[in-house]
Amino acid sequence: MAVTSAETDVLKPKRKVFRMENWWGVLWVLPSLIAVMVFVYGFIGWTARVSVSAWKGLLADYTFVGADNYTALASDPRFDIDIQNTAIFTVVFVLGCLAIGLGLAILLDKGIRAEGFYRSLFLFPMAISFIVTGVVWRWLMNPAQGERISGINLIFDKLGLDFLINSWHATPTWGIAAVAIPAVWQMSGYTMALYLAGLRAVPESLREAARVDGASEFQVYRKVVLPLIRPVTLSAIIILGHISLKVFDLIIAMAGKQVALDVPAIYMWTTTFDGFFFGRGAAIGMVLLMSVAVLVIPYLWYTLRQERSG
Amino acid sequence: MKKMKTLRFGAVLLALALVMAACGDDADETTTTAAGGTDAPTTSAAAMTEQVEVFSWWTGGGEAAGLDEMIKLFATTDPNIEFLNSAVAGGAGTNARAVLASRLQANDPPDSWQGHAGQELIGTYVAADQIEALNFLYDEEGWLDVMPDTLIPLISKDDNIYSVPVNIHRANVVWANPTVLADNNIDMPASLDEFFTALDTLQAGGMDAPLAMGEQWTTMHLFETIMLASMGPDDWNGLWDGSVAWDSAAVKQGIEDFDKILTYTNSDASALSWQDAGQLVLDGTSAFNIMGDWQEGFFRELNMVPQTDYIWAATPGTDGNFQFLSDSFVLAKNAPHRESAIAWLKVAGSNAGQDAFNPVKGSIPARNDADRSLYGEYLLSAMDDWASDTVVGSLTHGVVANDSWKSEIDTAIGLFLVDGDTAGFQTALTAAAAASG
Repeated sequence: MAVTSAETDVLKPKRKVFRMENWWGVLWVLPSLIAVMVFVYGFIGWTARVSVSAWKGLLADYTFVGADNYTALASDPRFDIDIQNTAIFTVVFVLGCLAIGLGLAILLDKGIRAEGFYRSLFLFPMAISFIVTGVVWRWLMNPAQGERISGINLIFDKLGLDFLINSWHATPTWGIAAVAIPAVWQMSGYTMALYLAGLRAVPESLREAARVDGASEFQVYRKVVLPLIRPVTLSAIIILGHISLKVFDLIIAMAGKQVALDVPAIYMWTTTFDGFFFGRGAAIGMVLLMSVAVLVIPYLWYTLRQERSG
Repeated sequence: MKKMKTLRFGAVLLALALVMAACGDDADETTTTAAGGTDAPTTSAAAMTEQVEVFSWWTGGGEAAGLDEMIKLFATTDPNIEFLNSAVAGGAGTNARAVLASRLQANDPPDSWQGHAGQELIGTYVAADQIEALNFLYDEEGWLDVMPDTLIPLISKDDNIYSVPVNIHRANVVWANPTVLADNNIDMPASLDEFFTALDTLQAGGMDAPLAMGEQWTTMHLFETIMLASMGPDDWNGLWDGSVAWDSAAVKQGIEDFDKILTYTNSDASALSWQDAGQLVLDGTSAFNIMGDWQEGFFRELNMVPQTDYIWAATPGTDGNFQFLSDSFVLAKNAPHRESAIAWLKVAGSNAGQDAFNPVKGSIPARNDADRSLYGEYLLSAMDDWASDTVVGSLTHGVVANDSWKSEIDTAIGLFLVDGDTAGFQTALTAAAAASG
């Protein structure tokens, strides 16, 4: 990082005071720093150690087995289903949130009356926990048909939209996409808030200029506004993406423990605490950590660079 | 300046109070309460010289009510021992077992804890050398004379008995709607073949799913009863002691029967609980449901009348076999209060203790000398069968396989429900037995 001479001149006289404050600052954050070192990084290290051990059963067994737990996962048919389910869930969840979030943000940005009311309305689902959402949507998306039909299927039936009646999360292979729908419902309001902030940051003068140049309203968004709010889209993808990689509670609440709707987090929990396969559970945990890291670290690096150059 | 000091002092006090409150919360998580219930004998805590800490996941329903009855009894038989009820809620015992595992790893065992009798206890806690053999207690109390001979090997390892069963549930029961059966001129099927014929008749008569099923664990429950029916008790027992191979023709036949039985079940099974599946039978949407006898407790809660609203029999093909599961208590190795724990186990295994617990829980005693006037019609029929049948263990409820093995079988069943590949299912079961059996 290149520091200009002007900047060093400004810093120099303040140096002593700065260090004093710095020392106090360190003291204040020290407890949380230690806690984070132990409970986050220490436990990551411990999990990594367990993931290359033969630990199975109640008592710890640190016999080193190399990458055995990882190679076993690679050929584990249940883990295949986990990856497939996570991929489907992520695509439906992220794209759904982005599309609905952006749509709502643009509509609100158009200067609707009582905007604050609608903003809160769309944000409220986020205040609910995934467990509550899961229980409610389990009732709404009841897959029963025939005389026991209920929930959304019953609405379709009454409206004569019989072709829309389906078995939701009980559908083979694609059932996990139905589980993503409540997640979209819950998080698209949040995505809307992100986009709305982004849209407000786009200077009105740019839109005016585009309109003067004869751009249609669609072109204004397509060519001017959307490219400018691309960083918002990136942030949203990161935030939504890591939520979907870690999803656990929503699926447990909607569908319980079943292999058809299994994801890595659920496999990790059941194999560790129901089956006492601690080594395998730790390996799944490390795979989860790495997949989230692949998503988050480039983003952190990017924002850090932005802040430094900015 | 003085004001400043007072302020600072106040702040420190406040911080301390917060810390203490936080610690207090932690302790509350395992609701350790000196129990005895409201109308327990009024022995003051000061007069109690001893303690016993009993750990369980019984925090609600008939289980907690039954435990309370036993605790009341314990307060009369051993008034000088304070009973510490350490029950952990949640996850059908998963949370409790995680807490117990960490306490044992930290060498801080409760004196006694509850678990499913059989391999769920043996495969986990005996393997880790955490519980004591109880043969001396069985000899002293004469329990071997009042419990079925075929039960003892299922709760033992190398001739050591490791737990005291307080109740018995039966897994291989088929529940049926008598009206539906009568309307279709069907008698309660006694063999698998008769069962298939009955299911075919009902399906031909327009019933989509004559056999009601629920979420994945109830599928495992169905699997174990069908395997028992198909293989017979000797081969079923042989699967778990290694004398019958999982890649044998008998298992193949069992899997085919199981595969066939699944074609009669409801397509929304994965979205239903076992209660929902039982409800389908009461409603007449389905004719049959195979579930443990806690289903009867659910029916009675709904004020259903036996013989009128529901009937039952051993799962077709398993008459004369009692596929059991049991809640039982163990004695911790290095128990902090060993003598008190033994006193508790004596109550848990006594006739009075079991008759206090079981009528409330809706199960039968492990002993065959219970007071029959305390039990309803279904439970009396189960007691007769318990005394005369061949006792075999349940897979889903922890008797025959340890937790690791069971969870691998659960995965195999889940995968089979996804892909329907019978050969792959048998391969996966064989691999599970090789890795964890």
